[in-house]
Amino acid sequence: MLDVRDLTTTYGAVRALDGVTFTAPQGRITAVLGANGAGKTTLLRTLSGLVPAASGSARLGDTDLLTTPAEEMTRAGLAHVPEGRGVIAQLTVEENLRLGALGARGGGRKADLDRVTDLFPVLGERRHQVAHTLSGGERQMLVIARALLADPAILLLDEPSLGLAPRIVTQIFDLLRGLVDDDGLTVVLVEQNARSALSISDVGLVLDLGKVVVHDDAAVLVDDATLRHAYLGF
Amino acid sequence: MAERTLALPDRLRRVTDDTLGRHLLAGLVGAVVVVLLLSFLGGFRVSQLASFSYLAIAAAGLTVLTGLNGQLSLGHGAFMAIGAYTTAVLQRTELGLPLVVVLVAAVLVAGAVGVVVGLAAARLHGPYIAGATLALAIAVPGLAIFWRDLLGGEQGLTVPLPDVPAWFADAVFFLTATDPSSSRYVAYLAGLALVAVLVLLANVARSRTGRRWQAVRDDEVAAQLAGIDLGRARVLAFVVSAACAGLAGGFMAFVVRLTAPSGFTLTLSLTLLTAIVLGGLGSLTGALIGAGLLTFLPQVVTSVGGDVGLSDVQSAELAPLVYGLVMVLVILLAPGGLVGTIRLKRAERAARRAAAAGATASTGAPTSADERTRAASGTGATTGPEDPQHDAPPSTERKRSS
Amino acid sequence: MQQLTTTLLTGLTLGAVFSAFALALVMIWRSTRIVNFAQAPMAMVTTYVALVLIDAGASYWVGFVAALLSGFVLGAVIERVVVRHVEGKAELNAVILTLGLFIVLHAAAALVFGSRFRSFPAPFGVRGLTVGDSTIPLTGFGIFTLVSVLVVMGLLVALFRGTDIGLRMRAAAFGPEVARLLGVKVGRMLTLGWALASVVGSLSGLLIAGGGLVHPGYMDSVVVYGFVAAVLGGLESPGGAVVGGLSLGLTLSVVSGYVGSEVVPLAALLVLVVVLLVRPGGLFSTVHERRV
Repeated sequence: MLDVRDLTTTYGAVRALDGVTFTAPQGRITAVLGANGAGKTTLLRTLSGLVPAASGSARLGDTDLLTTPAEEMTRAGLAHVPEGRGVIAQLTVEENLRLGALGARGGGRKADLDRVTDLFPVLGERRHQVAHTLSGGERQMLVIARALLADPAILLLDEPSLGLAPRIVTQIFDLLRGLVDDDGLTVVLVEQNARSALSISDVGLVLDLGKVVVHDDAAVLVDDATLRHAYLGF
Repeated sequence: MAERTLALPDRLRRVTDDTLGRHLLAGLVGAVVVVLLLSFLGGFRVSQLASFSYLAIAAAGLTVLTGLNGQLSLGHGAFMAIGAYTTAVLQRTELGLPLVVVLVAAVLVAGAVGVVVGLAAARLHGPYIAGATLALAIAVPGLAIFWRDLLGGEQGLTVPLPDVPAWFADAVFFLTATDPSSSRYVAYLAGLALVAVLVLLANVARSRTGRRWQAVRDDEVAAQLAGIDLGRARVLAFVVSAACAGLAGGFMAFVVRLTAPSGFTLTLSLTLLTAIVLGGLGSLTGALIGAGLLTFLPQVVTSVGGDVGLSDVQSAELAPLVYGLVMVLVILLAPGGLVGTIRLKRAERAARRAAAAGATASTGAPTSADERTRAASGTGATTGPEDPQHDAPPSTERKRSS
Repeated sequence: MQQLTTTLLTGLTLGAVFSAFALALVMIWRSTRIVNFAQAPMAMVTTYVALVLIDAGASYWVGFVAALLSGFVLGAVIERVVVRHVEGKAELNAVILTLGLFIVLHAAAALVFGSRFRSFPAPFGVRGLTVGDSTIPLTGFGIFTLVSVLVVMGLLVALFRGTDIGLRMRAAAFGPEVARLLGVKVGRMLTLGWALASVVGSLSGLLIAGGGLVHPGYMDSVVVYGFVAAVLGGLESPGGAVVGGLSLGLTLSVVSGYVGSEVVPLAALLVLVVVLLVRPGGLFSTVHERRV
C-alpha cells in the first residue's frame, strides 16, 4: 500500500504539490485526475524520486520513498512509466525489455520475458526491431511490459492514453485491469482522459493547484455531476 | 526624478545618444593614455604594450563573435596568420607601400577568407563550428610550408620595419625630445588601432546589427520569426571578427618581426579563447582584461617558477598551466568571467537595495532584474536549459487557476 | 604501382588509428553530448606514462598496459571531477571546458615530462616485410596497429551488444531519465563511458607514437582528424566512426603522397566542410532528421 501524507513539492516559489495526502490501496487502481498543471505529473515524479519533495512523507510498505534515490525505486518495488512513452528509441524491443528485467527485485528471470511476450504478442513479433520503428500503441505496450518485468508492487503510469486511438486505449486499460485483478498489482494512473480512467479505476483522486480536492470511490466521482463539470470535463 | 517623467521614446534616444557619446569619450581618453604611456615608457614596456594591443584587438573581435553571436571559433590564430603573412609579403616587396595600406590589405584578406569560412560556419552548430575552425587553425600554417617560395617555409619571413614618417617623428620629438624608433611607431599605431577597434565594436554591439547578432545567439527560431536573416547575421559577425584578427596579425608581424608557421600554432588560437573566457564572454572590457593578463601574467608566473626552483623551460609552461586552470575554474564557478561576475554581483546588490527600499521597489526592481538577466545572458548563453520534463512551468499553473 | 600500394597501406593503418580516436570521441558524444577536444592531450599524457616506464627499463608491453590503465583512470577522474558539472548545460561551456583541459594537460605534460621531442619505441619492426626478393610496404608495426584496433573494436561491440553493463551504458546514454527509473545508475555509467573512451583514445596515442617521436603537442592534429572522421560517420555511430576513420586515412594518405604532407590538414578541413555542408548527418546516415 502506498501511503502519502502532507506531501509538498516546490519549484522555486511555486508549490506544485501542496500538502497532498492519500493512500493507494493494494490491488486497486487509483486514478489521479485534474487539469493540466494540477500537479499530477509532479506527484508521480516526486514519488519516484525524480523531483525532491519539500516536506511530507511517502511510504510504500516499509520503504520511505522520499529517501530512496530514483535508481533504487525498481528494487523497492516501484515502477514509474513516465509521460510520453519512455521507450529508449535507439535500443531494440528486446533490449528495452531486458533493461526492465535488469532492475527487477529478484534480478530478473528469463521466463518473465516470455510471460510479457505472451501478454503482448506484438512485442514478441517485433523483438529484434529498433524501438523507434514501433507505433504509438506498441510503444505504450512496450513501456508497460518493460515496467512489469521489474516485477513491481506498484505501477505509476503517466498519461498512457495520450495520443492513442480510443480502441488502443481500451485495449491497454483492459489489460491493466486484468493485471490488477489477477496478479494483485497496485496501480496509480495519471490521466487527462478522466472518463476512461474512472471506468477501470477503483478510487479517484482529483488534484487542483497541487491540492487534493476530492478523494473517493471512482463510482462516486462518476455520479457527481457537479464535480465532473468542475474538474473532469465530461 | 525629473528623468522619469520623460516620455519613453525621448528617454530611449537619450540613452543611445549617451552610449555613443560615452564610447567616443572613452575612446578619446584611451587614445590620450596610449600616447602618454608610449611616450614615456622604456623600450621593453613599449614592445609589451604593442603585444598587448594586437592580442586585445584579436580578443575583442573574437569576443564579439563568440560572446555576442554564440559562434565559437578556435581558428582565429589562422586569421591572424593570414593577416601577418599578407603584411609580411607586402612589406617585403619593393613597392614601399605606406604602413596603413599594408594593414588595410591584411584586414581585407583576412576578412575575405572570413567570408568563406563564415559561410560554412553559419550553417554549423556549436561543436561542429569548433571542430571546423580547429581544423582551420591546424591547416593554415601548413600552407606557408607548401608555398615555400612565396611564404618562406618553416623559417618564415622576416618583416622589415616601416619607416617612421617625418610628421610622426616631429610630433614625438616635440613631446619627448627624443627621436622615436620605428618599433615605437608601430606600438603607437597598434595602441591607437586598438582604441579605434574598441570604439567601433562597442558601437556595433549596441547597434541594430549587434542586437540582431545577440538575437540569433539567444533563440534562432524567434530571431527568424522577427525577420532576421540568420545566415547573414552570422556571416557578418564572422567577417568582422576575422577582420579584427587580420589587423591583429598585421601588427603582430611588425612587433615580432618574423612571420613563421611556428608563431601560429593551435596554442595561439586557444590563447585568444582563454583571454575572452577569463574576462567574460561578450564583454569588450573583459577582452581587454584577458589580453592584459595574457601579456603581463607570464612574466610574473615565470619569475615565481624560478623562485621555487623550476628551470626556465619549465617556468615558461607555468603560465599556460595557470590560464588553463583558471579557464576551467571560470567555466565551473563563474561562467560569466570576471566582468560578468562583477556585473551580476552589482545587479544583485542593486536588487537587494531596491527590495529594502520597500515601496519604491516597484519602480526599481524591474531595472535591476533586467540588468541581472543581461549580466547573466550577455556573457554567452551560459545558463543551461531548464529541465524540459517538468510537469508544467509555474506560470501556466497560475494561469489555469484563474 | 609501388607508390600506390605504399600509399594505400599507409592510409589503411593511419585510418585505423583515426578510427580508434574517432570512436573515443563518438562514445563520449553519444553519452554526454560533448565533443571531448581534451582527448588528444589525454592520450598524450598516457603515452608519456608508458614512455617513462619504458625508459626506466620496463618492457614495451608493461608500458602499453600501464598507458591504457592510466587512460581509464584519467577518463574517469576527468568526468567525475570536472565534466560532470557541465553535462546538460550550454554546449558552449562544455566545449570551452574541454579546451581548458586541453591547455592544462599540455602545460602540465611539458612541465613534468619536458617539451623536447623523445623517441618512442615500437614492439615490431617499422620496415617493410620482405617476401621473396621484393619488399611489401606493410610493416610489422602496421599489422600490429590494424590488429589492435580491430581487437578493441571487437571488444567494444561485445561489451555494448552482449553484456548487461553495456546495455545499461547505452540506456544511460540514450535515455538518462528513463534509465534511472529502470534502476540504472546513470552517473556511474557516464563515468565508465568516459573511462572506456579514454582507453580507446590512449590506444590511438600509443599507435601514433610507436616508432616515432612524442612531445606534448604530438596528438594535436590527431584530434582534428579524429573529429573529421567522427563527423564523416555522423558523430553518433561507432560503425560510422570506423568507416569514417578508414576513408579519411586513405584520402589523406593519397593527398600526402601525391600533393604534399603540408596540405594534409587543409585536405582534412576541406573534407570536413564539404561533408558538413552536403550531408550534415554524416556520409553514412540513412535517417536524416532523426532527433525529436
